[in-house]
Amino acid sequence: MVRLEDISKTFNAGTINAKIALNHLNLQLNEGDFVTVIGGNGAGKSTMLNALAGTFPVDSGKIIIDEQDVTSMPDFKRATVLGRVFQDPMMGTNPKMMIEENLALAARRGQKRGLKWSISNDEREQYYEALKGLNLGLEDRMKTKVGLLSGGQRQALTLLMATIKKPKVLLLDEHTAALDPKTAEKVLFMSDKVVSENHLTTMMVTHNMRDAIAHGNRLIMMDAGRVVVDISGEDKKHLTVTDLLELFSKASGNTEANDKMLL
Amino acid sequence: MDFFVSLLYSLPGAISQGLIWGIMALGLFITFRILNVSDLTVDGSLATGGAVCVVMIRAGFNPWISILCAFLVGGVAGLVTASLQTKCGIPAILAGILTQLALYSVNLRIMGGKSNQPVSVDKYKLLVSQRYVRELSLRNPIPLVVIFIAVLIGVLYWFFGTEKGCSMRATGVNKQMARAQGINPDNDIILGLIISNGLVALSGALLAQFQGAVDVNMGRGAIVIGLAAVIIGEVCLKKIKGNFAFKLFAVVFGAIIYYLVLQVTLQLGLNTNDLKLISALIVALFLAVPYWKGRVLPKKGGV
Repeated sequence: MVRLEDISKTFNAGTINAKIALNHLNLQLNEGDFVTVIGGNGAGKSTMLNALAGTFPVDSGKIIIDEQDVTSMPDFKRATVLGRVFQDPMMGTNPKMMIEENLALAARRGQKRGLKWSISNDEREQYYEALKGLNLGLEDRMKTKVGLLSGGQRQALTLLMATIKKPKVLLLDEHTAALDPKTAEKVLFMSDKVVSENHLTTMMVTHNMRDAIAHGNRLIMMDAGRVVVDISGEDKKHLTVTDLLELFSKASGNTEANDKMLL
Repeated sequence: MDFFVSLLYSLPGAISQGLIWGIMALGLFITFRILNVSDLTVDGSLATGGAVCVVMIRAGFNPWISILCAFLVGGVAGLVTASLQTKCGIPAILAGILTQLALYSVNLRIMGGKSNQPVSVDKYKLLVSQRYVRELSLRNPIPLVVIFIAVLIGVLYWFFGTEKGCSMRATGVNKQMARAQGINPDNDIILGLIISNGLVALSGALLAQFQGAVDVNMGRGAIVIGLAAVIIGEVCLKKIKGNFAFKLFAVVFGAIIYYLVLQVTLQLGLNTNDLKLISALIVALFLAVPYWKGRVLPKKGGV
């Protein structure tokens, strides 16, 4: 479904601030995989997601989505098959537009935007039902400007926008990190629901090891720009935080794993 | 008493000027408020519109065809700036300044090397003219410009409700979000600058007819007047909650207020040489006040 082949990316190459963010990274996602991604700061988690989304060109390697080589495709074209939710709740929605306008914008991913009216009545009904599913009462506020919503409501809306047109891959980049614990849990629950209902191939970056264990069918751990641990199936189901810490220090040869992981 | 009589006498002129500049301000509203780009091309494209229109009318073309061509040539100027921004990576403000500077030469070329060209209402058929501004007849320019603006507001209101218009609005607020929704922001910036400068040139074309001449310097400081209109309109009418069409109306309203205030200050004996200084001060003040409010008020709340 998704293949990252030998991807390397160095930021500020050739300067004193050069930082190798991805180091010959290889990863393959199978159809329907829900992969949680953990790792210390600077391990390359977000860089990997951004490389896949096309935020910047990679230095070397190949990115393949659904048998199509997208390595040199700009991000707005890849967006046709990708759904994204960012860490910053301000990032995924347009605060000056209404809820329904935001959804209409997302529903037209990959379509030519012409001079047709931006939203039809049929769509409104469809959005009403979809918003109802979020259980936040947003279905009665479809004409509200998104700027008036809370961070959690915005992330829920972004999640809906990312999946309203079924993406081939859903990328969740620490999308609950900026929320309070209770709201974060709600948004995670919604994410689980939307992923399983639509059988979405998903990658979720998180800083929370418990979340990484509790969600998805597969867990990868990154260090220094490559995947160092890859656990799926039964092995993942029985995983504990202690196991993870042990695996990390073994894989990275780093005895300070505890400190680094907790950062 | 004399003061009021002469003020009243000059009102129709000020209103028509405000209306014509209102079209320019609508163009600026698209770049400044919707696309969130400061486009300095307009100082050049306003005169370009005037030049194209006057030269064509003098050559015997129909005035409607002439203003249409002015609109199109203005659009090309916008396309140049947009290309410098999106294809050459030049920052928006510098891209606008470059085009504006280049347009000075282009405008002189259009006008056959002369820095101004008259177009007398006696010799040519014009759409609007200053001469009839106080006349109660069909020749009065005000009704025509009002209809023009009403149609423009209608078209813009429709356009920004379409898929393409929404995409442009999204680009203006958050490019990253737009990209994640499969929108190429560059295309929106290009189209926006084309429409914006087309409108500015159209305004220049009407202004040249209204004044009976085009001058290569007629656009100097146009961006300041346009911004003043946008900001004054917003400040004066912010208490009224309105839809997008109302916001567009507020822009034109702001342009009229600007010219009325200007007229009053002129009547009070102000030196016309100081006009640009005062315009700049007004705009700076209107831009600064919301910023100051934002900085001062939270402190008050804390006490």
